[in-house]
Amino acid sequence: MTGDMPTPAGSMGAPVIAAEGLNLTFQTADGPVHALSDVSLAIAGGEFVSFIGPSGCGKTTFLRCIAALEQPTGGTLSVNGMTPDAARRARAYGYVFQAAGLYPWRTIGRNVALPLEIMGFPKDEQDSRVARVLEMVELTGFEKKFPWQLSGGMQQRASIARALAFDADILLMDEPFGALDEIVRDRLNEELLSLWARTGKTVCFVTHSIPEAVYLSTKIVVMSPRPGRITDVIDSPLPKERPLDIRDTPEFLALAHRVREGLRAGHAYE
Amino acid sequence: MRKALPVLVVLAAILGIWWLAVAPMNIRIALDGAERSGAAVVPEGARERQEVSVWALMARNPDLVPLSYAQERPRLPTPGQVATEFWDTTGAMALDGRAMSRRSLLFHAWITLQSTFWGFLLGTSLGIAGAIGIVYSRTLNLSLMPWAIISQTIPIVALAPMIIVLASQLGIEERGVPKAIISAYLCFFPVLVGMVSGLRSPAAAQLDLLRTYSATPSQGFWKLRLPASVPYLFASLKVGIAAALVGTIVGELPTGAIRGLGARILIGDQFGTPLAIWAALFMAAILAGVLVTFLDLAQRVTLRRMGLAEAAR
Ligand SMILES: Nc1ncnc2c1ncn2[C@@H]1O[C@H](COP(=O)(O)OP(=O)(O)OP(=O)(O)O)[C@@H](O)[C@H]1O
Ligand SMILES: [Mg+2]
Repeated sequence: MTGDMPTPAGSMGAPVIAAEGLNLTFQTADGPVHALSDVSLAIAGGEFVSFIGPSGCGKTTFLRCIAALEQPTGGTLSVNGMTPDAARRARAYGYVFQAAGLYPWRTIGRNVALPLEIMGFPKDEQDSRVARVLEMVELTGFEKKFPWQLSGGMQQRASIARALAFDADILLMDEPFGALDEIVRDRLNEELLSLWARTGKTVCFVTHSIPEAVYLSTKIVVMSPRPGRITDVIDSPLPKERPLDIRDTPEFLALAHRVREGLRAGHAYE
Repeated sequence: MRKALPVLVVLAAILGIWWLAVAPMNIRIALDGAERSGAAVVPEGARERQEVSVWALMARNPDLVPLSYAQERPRLPTPGQVATEFWDTTGAMALDGRAMSRRSLLFHAWITLQSTFWGFLLGTSLGIAGAIGIVYSRTLNLSLMPWAIISQTIPIVALAPMIIVLASQLGIEERGVPKAIISAYLCFFPVLVGMVSGLRSPAAAQLDLLRTYSATPSQGFWKLRLPASVPYLFASLKVGIAAALVGTIVGELPTGAIRGLGARILIGDQFGTPLAIWAALFMAAILAGVLVTFLDLAQRVTLRRMGLAEAAR
């Protein structure tokens, strides 16, 4: 029926997301803001990439460029070998915003079904997909609840389910757990990791937390502001299997140290 | 019950103040009448009494003060007089089977209610359509909104006679059409303003979310903007229905009309029957109360079914 697994587009070889010399300058009342300056990055299929850096370094802007919500002013950017616009129409990605942004007048089930309705999935397929992704994020049984009846963490899981519902290969997540407490966050990190391992999706994940970035990622992109740019790209040597206590191993701490150094170097640059 | 108590206290206070105000308001005509029928009044003569304050008159004629409360054509009727007149022209006539007679307030209220309904329907439709136009078209946003605001600066009492004259020129003065137009004119603005805010209420992130699904503008309207505007819609409908009622009554005033609460008020004024005016005013207030309550109920039911009732709390 709907058991078709997403085929990681361009698995091996051609990158799923490729940015070359990407520039984006916002013209504001106070003059131009260089949100992205000469950003080049290649992300392969199935990678989990974290973007970390101080506020205003262009993490959100980069993600929005990938999602074709923002138009770069220079450079090239391709998603699945297409322009971001074409990739969006091909339903290449699901976007998870910092706030869960569930529609308060829709139940959890109907919120998750929203993209499916818009994309014109038949009703019975909508139902089966909603049931499947709610199970993935462990919200089975909450279909009929309204968002205000759920905790913040559950709402964020529902919004992840919504992004998963139409089986996009790429998941763009902008500080999805930023507003949650440490314990809920740990749990959601674990769940996200296992979800990623099961589905083989490509994930771009924005965070302010060094442990979170190191714990989740196969690749960590360190950025720095004014102008927004990439200062370091670190490939993680950690294994794919990651229990939470991996965070106490020397490898983990060494990696976290390197990220911290990278962030510091970005600051010293000013 | 806990909700009703403050309301009842306020009501009692209003009735009390009203009742107390009857004496000074009516004392002059009460004394005039008493003098005519031979009672001793200080000072003598209506002209002389003009020089004296009502408080002094009451102090100097304490025995005659109760007459203030029993005037046939009072300046200010007592609550009891109004209630009696109200009952005589509504319930009592209904019991007589004459609810729809020309003399019955129920008949006039029904006439006013019909025009209000059509005016409300027309005004609400125009308001919602205008709001959609303003939100979706830059041109309309720049052109329509200023006119909508200007339209509300023209006093309705100045406009009402013109609308009635124009309507009769066009031969559509029948069946309360001009009244409904005036009513719609007052009603459309709050609905327009409320719906513009409502349709614009979704946050940028919510609109971005739809863009990531490549949603069409019409999907954005039906799935996001319209449902998001429902709480705003009800808030403005409640203002709108009250405005529509006022518009209808104003529309009934200058027509030489003989039907409707407005006509009833005007006729009461011309024939010097203040009790009829007061009863009609109360009928209008009750009508407004019923209409707003009805919308309030509809709002509660709708918001509860949309899951917004608790979220909004
Ligand atoms: N629409 C916009 N118009 C003008 N300037 C913008 C706009 N969006 C972002 N910027 C600016 O671009 C820069 C990068 O912003 P961006 O939101 O990408 O930062 P960020 O790394 O996501 O920061 P944070 O960690 O605070 O979310 C900032 O200086 C911001 O002020
Ligand atoms: Mg951001």
